[in-house]
Amino acid sequence: MAVIPLERKPLTFAERTYLPQIASGLWTTFKHIFQPQVTLSYPEQRPAIPPGYRGVPTLVRDPNGREKCVSCQLCEFVCPPKAIRITPGEIPADQADRAHVEKAPQAFDIDMLRCIYCGLCQEVCPEEAIFLQNQYSLSGYTREEMVNHKDKLYELGGTLPDQHYKWDQKKTAAEHGNTH
Amino acid sequence: MFDFFFQLHPVIQGLAKGLAVIMVIFPLAGACSLAERKVSAWMQGRPGPNRAIVPWIAWIPFLGVFLQKLGVFHLMSDGGKLLFKEEPVPGHVNKFYFILAPALAIMPAFTTVAVVPFGAYFDAAGAAIPLVLANVDIGLLAVFAVSSLGIYSLILAGWASNSKYPFLGSIRASAQLISYELAMTMSVIPVFLWINAPGQPGTMSLAKAVEFQSLPGFWGGSWFIVLMPISALIFLISLFAETNRHPFDMAESESDLVGGFHTEYGAFKWSLFFVAEYSHMIIGSGVFVLLFLGGWNPLPWVPLSTAAQLLGITGLPLVVGVLSIVIFLAKVVAMIFFFMWVRWTVPRFRYDQIMKLGWQKLLPLSIANLLFYAIAIAVIQK
Repeated sequence: MAVIPLERKPLTFAERTYLPQIASGLWTTFKHIFQPQVTLSYPEQRPAIPPGYRGVPTLVRDPNGREKCVSCQLCEFVCPPKAIRITPGEIPADQADRAHVEKAPQAFDIDMLRCIYCGLCQEVCPEEAIFLQNQYSLSGYTREEMVNHKDKLYELGGTLPDQHYKWDQKKTAAEHGNTH
Repeated sequence: MFDFFFQLHPVIQGLAKGLAVIMVIFPLAGACSLAERKVSAWMQGRPGPNRAIVPWIAWIPFLGVFLQKLGVFHLMSDGGKLLFKEEPVPGHVNKFYFILAPALAIMPAFTTVAVVPFGAYFDAAGAAIPLVLANVDIGLLAVFAVSSLGIYSLILAGWASNSKYPFLGSIRASAQLISYELAMTMSVIPVFLWINAPGQPGTMSLAKAVEFQSLPGFWGGSWFIVLMPISALIFLISLFAETNRHPFDMAESESDLVGGFHTEYGAFKWSLFFVAEYSHMIIGSGVFVLLFLGGWNPLPWVPLSTAAQLLGITGLPLVVGVLSIVIFLAKVVAMIFFFMWVRWTVPRFRYDQIMKLGWQKLLPLSIANLLFYAIAIAVIQK
């Protein structure tokens, strides 16, 4: 490979005084005064949340209003900062419409002081029950306030569309003798 | 109308005038801090401080919102915060000098105001009477002598803080001040060589410098920045260095010295340093305007007397006086804006570059400049 000696021109007198450069710099900064401002006045103006944003983890219901979590505890095990704590429970006997679902969480706590918003819980969930949604502004006055309990998680999560209705399909299959 | 004032004892008159000027300078220095925040914001594409508002002003339509967006009430909230917050004195400092330093910083800054004229009016004979607290012949010498005392406060603050960053900051500040003082003084000598023509009583008065920029004719009416551009340039650069402004703010360069000499200070003591720095800027800008930018003359070749004739207010000394003060303050404010403008344009120098610029470039240049003008003035004035 050929070496190309690059001739470095000596600075002219004007360049050595810096003054023309400073003058052009002053002109640049002066122009900036009249350019539109880029600031977002936060509490009044909210940023547009891009799709795929990883906000606060939430629990969701399916369109039938059924809680999707079956307390398999995979998210609890995968959670790197151990922010999730699940107490598994049985489906109450008096709720016949949910009897075909395996289990449900008795308590589901996510400690938002520990959560690192990595999204592994969402990735690992076999029931598509936990999602990191658009919520990005979370604050509280005490440590207890920063722990999202089950009802809060469902309130934040709301209902998301479901493509599978897994447990309904299992129920139908069982009624037909699990033929396939 | 103001006879009763002139019948008062001269000492009381002086006190009243001094208080009046301090009452202007102190809020002006505070306003500069707000202007600094606003100008910085605009140059960086931000709106800057625009939230604080007093409720009963918020009720005024349009004006209230405009003032809020301009952030003028942040001045009050800033001042209130600095005044009422806790005054921490670290345990490891020399308490006496630690508390003395901010007071010492503010004193020279306000003392120099006394000899800086800020306007003029014409008496019945048509002679210009400068508006100044003390119209003394040593004018500029007094400014240089007293404002240099401000460095003692920085040294005291740095030493009394008993901590390495303040100490380094104060050492840098003092070395820088000494280096640029020479070039600064040399650069203004041509102005006073020109003013002190042979056969006239010698003077260093700043009002006299303005008088020489208000003479009739092409050379008489031109400001000294036109006649002596090199002097003006050296004086301006030295002014930036003397007031510890960017790109010469080695005394408090945040990136390498935390906060420089005022690292250990907080609350009102810190704000005194702040006000002193801005007062130095205002006085320095004022001196530059007086020496090189025609003082209270509205335009080059249009002295105040001509402007007063054009407006038909020659017979009203009060109106002419106010007009001259407004013109002078407008120029000073423009200079302050220039200070802030340069801050966001020129990056901070390295310390060795500052020393090199001061001793190897500006000092020889100012001496050469002085020699050139000394010979030229000797030839012209014979």
